[in-house]
Amino acid sequence: MAGAQTNRLDKGGLIDRSAPLNFRFDGKSFSGFQGDTLASALVANGVKLVGRSFKYHRPRGILTAGSEEPNALVELRTGARREPNTKATTAELYEGLEAASQNRWPSLAFDVMSVNQLFSPIFVAGFYYKTFMWPAKFWEAIYEPAIRRAAGLGRAAGVADPDHYDKAWAHCDVLIAGSGPAGLSAALAAGRSGARVIVCEEDFTLGGRLLSDGGTVDGLPASEWLSRTLAELAAMPDVRIMTRTTLFGVYDGGTYGALERVNDHLPSPPEHQVRQRLWRIVAKRCVVAAGAIERPIVFAGNDTPGVMMASAMRSYISRYAATPAKRMALFTNNEDGWRTVETALAAGLQIAAVIDARADISPAHRSLASKGGFPVLHGAVSGIDGGKDGVRKIAVSLTGGARAEVETDGLAVSGGWNPTVGLTSYHRGRPKWRDDIAAFVPDGAPPGMVAAGAANGAFGLGACLREGFDAGAVAARDAGRSGTAGSVPVADDQAFSLTPLWHIAGKGKAFVDQQHDVTASDIELAQREGFESVEHLKRYTTLGMATDQGKTSNVAGLAIMAAVTGRSIPETGTTIYRPPYVPVAIGAFAGHHRDETFHATRLTPSHHWAAEQGAIFVDTGLWKRAQWYPRAGEKDWLESVTREVKAVRSGVGFCDVSTLGKIDVHGPDAGAFLDRVYINTFSNLAVGKARYGLMLREDGIVYDDGTTSRLAEDHYFLTTTTAKAGLVMQHLEFCRQVLFPELDVQLTSVSDQWAQFSIAGPKTRDLLKEIVDPTEDLSNEGFPFMGAREVALRGGIKARLFRISFSGEMAFEISVPARYGEAMARNLMLAGKQFGVTPYGTEALGVMRIEKGHVAGPELSGTTTAADLGLGKMMSTKKDYIGRVMAGREALVAPDRQVVVGIKPTDRARRLRSGAHIIPKGQTPGPGNDQGYVTSVCFSPTSDQWIGLALVERGRERIGEIVHAHDPIRGEDYDVELCNPVFYDPDGGRQRG
Amino acid sequence: MRITCPFCGERELGEFTYLGDAKPVRPAADAGEDAVYDYVYLRDNIAGVMSENWYHGGGCRAWLKVTRNTLTHEISAVEPAAGAGAAKVGA
Ligand SMILES: [Zn+2]
Repeated sequence: MAGAQTNRLDKGGLIDRSAPLNFRFDGKSFSGFQGDTLASALVANGVKLVGRSFKYHRPRGILTAGSEEPNALVELRTGARREPNTKATTAELYEGLEAASQNRWPSLAFDVMSVNQLFSPIFVAGFYYKTFMWPAKFWEAIYEPAIRRAAGLGRAAGVADPDHYDKAWAHCDVLIAGSGPAGLSAALAAGRSGARVIVCEEDFTLGGRLLSDGGTVDGLPASEWLSRTLAELAAMPDVRIMTRTTLFGVYDGGTYGALERVNDHLPSPPEHQVRQRLWRIVAKRCVVAAGAIERPIVFAGNDTPGVMMASAMRSYISRYAATPAKRMALFTNNEDGWRTVETALAAGLQIAAVIDARADISPAHRSLASKGGFPVLHGAVSGIDGGKDGVRKIAVSLTGGARAEVETDGLAVSGGWNPTVGLTSYHRGRPKWRDDIAAFVPDGAPPGMVAAGAANGAFGLGACLREGFDAGAVAARDAGRSGTAGSVPVADDQAFSLTPLWHIAGKGKAFVDQQHDVTASDIELAQREGFESVEHLKRYTTLGMATDQGKTSNVAGLAIMAAVTGRSIPETGTTIYRPPYVPVAIGAFAGHHRDETFHATRLTPSHHWAAEQGAIFVDTGLWKRAQWYPRAGEKDWLESVTREVKAVRSGVGFCDVSTLGKIDVHGPDAGAFLDRVYINTFSNLAVGKARYGLMLREDGIVYDDGTTSRLAEDHYFLTTTTAKAGLVMQHLEFCRQVLFPELDVQLTSVSDQWAQFSIAGPKTRDLLKEIVDPTEDLSNEGFPFMGAREVALRGGIKARLFRISFSGEMAFEISVPARYGEAMARNLMLAGKQFGVTPYGTEALGVMRIEKGHVAGPELSGTTTAADLGLGKMMSTKKDYIGRVMAGREALVAPDRQVVVGIKPTDRARRLRSGAHIIPKGQTPGPGNDQGYVTSVCFSPTSDQWIGLALVERGRERIGEIVHAHDPIRGEDYDVELCNPVFYDPDGGRQRG
Repeated sequence: MRITCPFCGERELGEFTYLGDAKPVRPAADAGEDAVYDYVYLRDNIAGVMSENWYHGGGCRAWLKVTRNTLTHEISAVEPAAGAGAAKVGA
């Protein structure tokens, strides 16, 4: 049964009374209306206590009515969509909403942890630094879990977010932050001038303070002017208005970040819709009309539920028709606070008293008081009598020293207004202090940005309209639009008289930062301990470091620090402002880049065929590659891989190697170019031949390897490793365009154009004959080892055929246009059936390359030289090439370098593992005698035992030596024999046959 | 940040790859180890205006020489590398 909305006014407000909504808070049922926020609905239901505070678990209520809220943070929704630290003041009410209070156990009304208050000496400024200096292991075991339970800011859902997030770009002439009087006035001027305008409004309703404060514009009630203005803007095709969208940051080049909460106001996003969208908006000009935030006054008990900002109090009354108090008191130091009294009286509520810190009170307000029958007290609130059920009584220190008490059920507080200077200060700008309003205002802004209205310290309605209009017109003109802005909306300017007042000394905790439970005495203590710089103050006390970034607390904190250090507020200065203005979910930054769409997926040309075969795929970079092809009855991967290797070595197999990077090199200087990027020579390679090449980085370390074939006098075809395909292309383009622009050569990436298969095994030629046109000579003489040329296939398709071998077997690689890749795989299976053809995956490929002693990724590790890999003889001495000079440095040619060598366990039955360290036999392993490590291992079906490659100090001189393999990660120790890395067919007779 | 590629127009940062200081010139083959050492390791990293190598890998694959203020990201000039584009230098 829903509650009765006891604190809802009978009429008024921007709520839809025909659309009642049911919701639950801490398991209790309530009702509200469409147009409510969770906070306004709680207010309407008379709920005052909504949470417990961070450190002391003090009862807390609702302080504000906007995104600056420090207290009313809830866990919104349940299950996977549960989101902690959601501001009740901005969460829109929807049917079935479920919210829970935070930081309380076992229940909100009875919270065991509130005993923290009794131990508050340990929670003072710097408590993290002071309290937990005991043995480090205590931290993990005791303090951290205890603190997390006691001081957590809500609980994350703990399961994957079921919603989608989007990222989008937008471009405009004039971007406007805020849709209050200044923002709408700016939009009118810019829109009429013909500018492309985007208005971002974080609220779900346009109008800003007009919605709560009303007023008269152009002789019309604010609500009428608002609807007329919105209609005019809606009729402009180039004006885009985005509600529920917060501009949270400004980046270089006029790029702005904005978060659109597309479907946060619904129980869950409609199907195929995103929950939130992250916008990157590129704007020629930006008008910040983000308004100002009313600031509290710090006094003992100022965090009691029922103490609320005066502007929030009237927002709840006039915008939501919800009454936070039936007989409120006002504590103000300025003229603006009185508007709350006017609003309350107009709504038929009572006023208990007004406590005004100023010496002079206007006659109009004095007559209002006598008409309303409430006293006006000169002085300040010095204490609160109340608790989790709200305010009961307030203590007042009267000017002159006397004391008074006022019975009331709610206290509105106004300490003045702070312009929202965040956006204008995000490029390390420092706002400047204005004495007349006792507030910081923007002092310059990032290029193209200007502040207008309350965000610029102009608090009167008329001034907001004028400043916004001027800023909009100038922005449009600066963006190159020359239309006529028309006439400026006109309204009166309200008087703004303020006597600065920050902190009333008194007994009891007086909170500056309510979200982080930082008190006035914490700031005083920090100062006594020497933390006088504001940046130190912030970090030592954690003032302003909570999710609200101190929107209601920073300036008060500075003022208190200024007072205790005897400096002025501008001398004390502000901390650096940093985006985001409001918390932005990581999910919004990630957008669609999660799960299967975390990155693009590249499929090999034969992928779908391989999937039909039941291949197990492995992710290699963006690629999915067939790792092995299990067959029925095989008990594990090793059995499958062993079968594949044996099938290749005894018959014929094939493997899709299309993932290799492929680059066509054209031009008369193609050979000369390759000579400069490879350590060996390619200009003397005969047409129709292939050669293995190795390239270095300029610092002399091996970069990449692959085979390059000369297909014509001025045409080479180069392959790279799969991993380095993109990087080698970039490197070669750098060499071509920046280093050697005088060479007449062009590079074309053809990685995706060709499907390439390795066909290997003694029956390779038999299989190829079934595929290739019979007129092509595939004999050893007609197509010798390292031959490379175009051939016709049966049916006429042209293919490139390369007689190269990675496996050590008689082998070819064949390239066909990528669209024929799948057909090629199917044809190889069909034509090869008579020869027992076996598809093999990357595991078998790896086993055969280790058996053959070929180096690959684990050996090309970014630390090895050509000589380390046993390829030093390839380094030409007759030409210059990238890396040549640096490769000759002393340390890179030192005789004791770790070089590639083969290893086999002395116990033939033992399994090897990569990563084990090589230590001289009989020595105790340690950093001093670490001589290298195992890079690659496999079970070799050919040797019928595990074998491996390792980088070992002076390894080639130590063939036959027994050394010790030490694997502290897996807790293994065993002996291995250093051996020739070529385990299989060391003479190479098979691949030449 | 956006870079105006001379071939493709104004494009977003994500299309480009950075390669630092564009000033060092690769020494001649006979320049000796010290000159090559300086070329490989001694790079400026200025808080201010720098000439930098950027690669438009997400676009036309041109290497660009970009004059950029590293404090503000303001880009004052973008030139193609000497060998960018199809034409041979001096042809
Ligand atoms: Zn480009």
